[in-house]
Amino acid sequence: MPSKRIRVLIAKPGLDGHDRGAIVVAQGLRDAGMEVIYLGLRLLPEQIAEAALQEDVDVIGLSCLSGAHLTLFPKTVELFKERSNKNVLFIGGGIIPKKDIPKLKEAGIAQTFGPGTPISEIANFIKTNLGEGE
Amino acid sequence: MAEVKERKKEFKTTVDGIVVNRVYTPADLPEGERDSSLPGEYPFTRNIMPTGYRSKLWTMRQYAGYATVEETNKRYKYLYKQGQTGFSVAFHLPTQMGHDSDHPLALAEIGKVGVAIDSLQDMEELWGGIPLGDVSTSMTINATAPIILGMYIVAAEKQGVDKSQLMGTVQNDLLKEYIARNTYLFAPEPSMRLATDICCYCAQNMPKWNSISISGYHMREAGATAIQEAAFTLANGIAYVQAMIDRGMEVDSFAPRFSFFFAAFSNLFEEVAKFRALRRAWAKIMKERFGARNQRSMMLKYHVQTGGCTLTEQQPLNNVVRATIQALAAVLGGCQSLHTCSYDEALALPSEEAVQLSLRTQQIIAHESGVADTVDPLGGSNYLEWLTNQIEEGIQKYIATIDEMGGALEAIKNGFIQREIRRSAYNYQRAVDSDEQVIVGVNRFTTEEQLPPGLLEIDERVAKKQIERLKSLKRMRDKRKVSRVLDEVRQVAKSDENMMPVLIEAVGAYATVGEISDALRDVFGEYKEPSGL
Repeated sequence: MPSKRIRVLIAKPGLDGHDRGAIVVAQGLRDAGMEVIYLGLRLLPEQIAEAALQEDVDVIGLSCLSGAHLTLFPKTVELFKERSNKNVLFIGGGIIPKKDIPKLKEAGIAQTFGPGTPISEIANFIKTNLGEGE
Repeated sequence: MAEVKERKKEFKTTVDGIVVNRVYTPADLPEGERDSSLPGEYPFTRNIMPTGYRSKLWTMRQYAGYATVEETNKRYKYLYKQGQTGFSVAFHLPTQMGHDSDHPLALAEIGKVGVAIDSLQDMEELWGGIPLGDVSTSMTINATAPIILGMYIVAAEKQGVDKSQLMGTVQNDLLKEYIARNTYLFAPEPSMRLATDICCYCAQNMPKWNSISISGYHMREAGATAIQEAAFTLANGIAYVQAMIDRGMEVDSFAPRFSFFFAAFSNLFEEVAKFRALRRAWAKIMKERFGARNQRSMMLKYHVQTGGCTLTEQQPLNNVVRATIQALAAVLGGCQSLHTCSYDEALALPSEEAVQLSLRTQQIIAHESGVADTVDPLGGSNYLEWLTNQIEEGIQKYIATIDEMGGALEAIKNGFIQREIRRSAYNYQRAVDSDEQVIVGVNRFTTEEQLPPGLLEIDERVAKKQIERLKSLKRMRDKRKVSRVLDEVRQVAKSDENMMPVLIEAVGAYATVGEISDALRDVFGEYKEPSGL
């Protein structure tokens, strides 16, 4: 189990500007003891991958409410893996229809957390799954 | 007598809302503070018009748009056939963000949250078979509003309709973009210039057009409380009025065509009180702060949308009930125009079946419930009048704080407004996580999930189709004319001339949204707001 604080990067790829969820999750994970970098909006997948590499994070959380997740989330995973061998945990949130979840999981997103998810559920998922990853 | 136990220690209108007492009597309304104005009388608390909905129902105006102009034109005609009385255009994100459909950031987003509009050609086809001189159209467009309004004007001209006849609105509210909606492009100063360019142009050329829709809806959706929604919207309104006055415009020359946009959430009484408090507060601001003399400058006209973020993915039919309560609140509150969200909207854009029911919700309220048959029917309720006063007080407190900071623009730059909203959003999340705030079907009364059938999906072929259209347009148009007019756009942007005439020329030459926006980016630069987190 990692003894230093878990580092999380939260970002919004694409053009969607709805950041309430991403910001609430960022604050919630901070309250749960993690170090959270909120990268912001309007990011290309390559910008997110690059930042995640630079910041040496353990978790990358992607948020999208505009329906562009099937393109943008897998692309971000792919571009990060091109840059790093680190076993980073990818999670997602936003408006993600259930039928898209299997495809996202196949592409490397460990889990998605939509509206109505308690913050503690996300925090626990991260803590549990990172333990395994190391 | 033994004390009766109540369900909670404290009842509030919403998380971080107003504490509600057991019962309200006339004693809760101090004698000196009673507002006995009638509908149509300053300060318009009860309604801006004496006859309210007895003379004209609110406009039933469903926000719609998806995929390409072909699908959207069809949906618009369907909505009209089902009894909608005004149009409301949803543009896809690239159009809102000044990118063409072939831009790298655009590709994944084409047609997903609104209709793809890259050029005047798209705009002309959007309105095929719809006479623009006869309808009222609201367009939710902000950073690129000058370009899109230009396209609407030219498309109408091509139908033989002069711009002086056009009825409708452009949202054109950049301040709330920095606060909550995030489709700003440029820094606040050039954004205010462009926004007021539209307002000045419309004041002089388009007497039936609302040049701005100063919005609280998005701030509410971002987590603001009802008081914050109201207060921050009016603070932004003050900033726009002042900006127009600073440009030398006389307040009564433009204020009658300023309009607003609010949410309606589920606490019915809080919402009705909010609308009444807003009317009263704005009227006082226009008269006392800005010296307006035309009554119409003091009348708060607004569109309402039922709360999108209150819709749940779980048990979607519950959303019909939510939208009904919220629509009822909007009507009891006296809105001029209303959009009711559809039950499947937590999951997708509305299907035809779902949006039909949304319209029926409004129609049943209008024709079967009786609430539209007398003006401000809840007026006089001790609870409502007390709540109206509380909200007005809350509005005034925030506006005083923002005034001290130097106005809305300063309060946005220093992050005050954003911080207030984020705090409310976080407190709401904590209340939901702890079950203090019940969301039926989500943290209580849960069942096994079932997806409604027939959810709207945006086909991947849409993107290809739109990109082909764009390529074909670029092949057909006069390239040199486009290049020349884009140079002119840059020239005018650098000056302090109103940009509308040159933008109308540019769209007329079939310069695209992306090309024109890039020309503006060349001059104004693109603004990257620090998140402050």
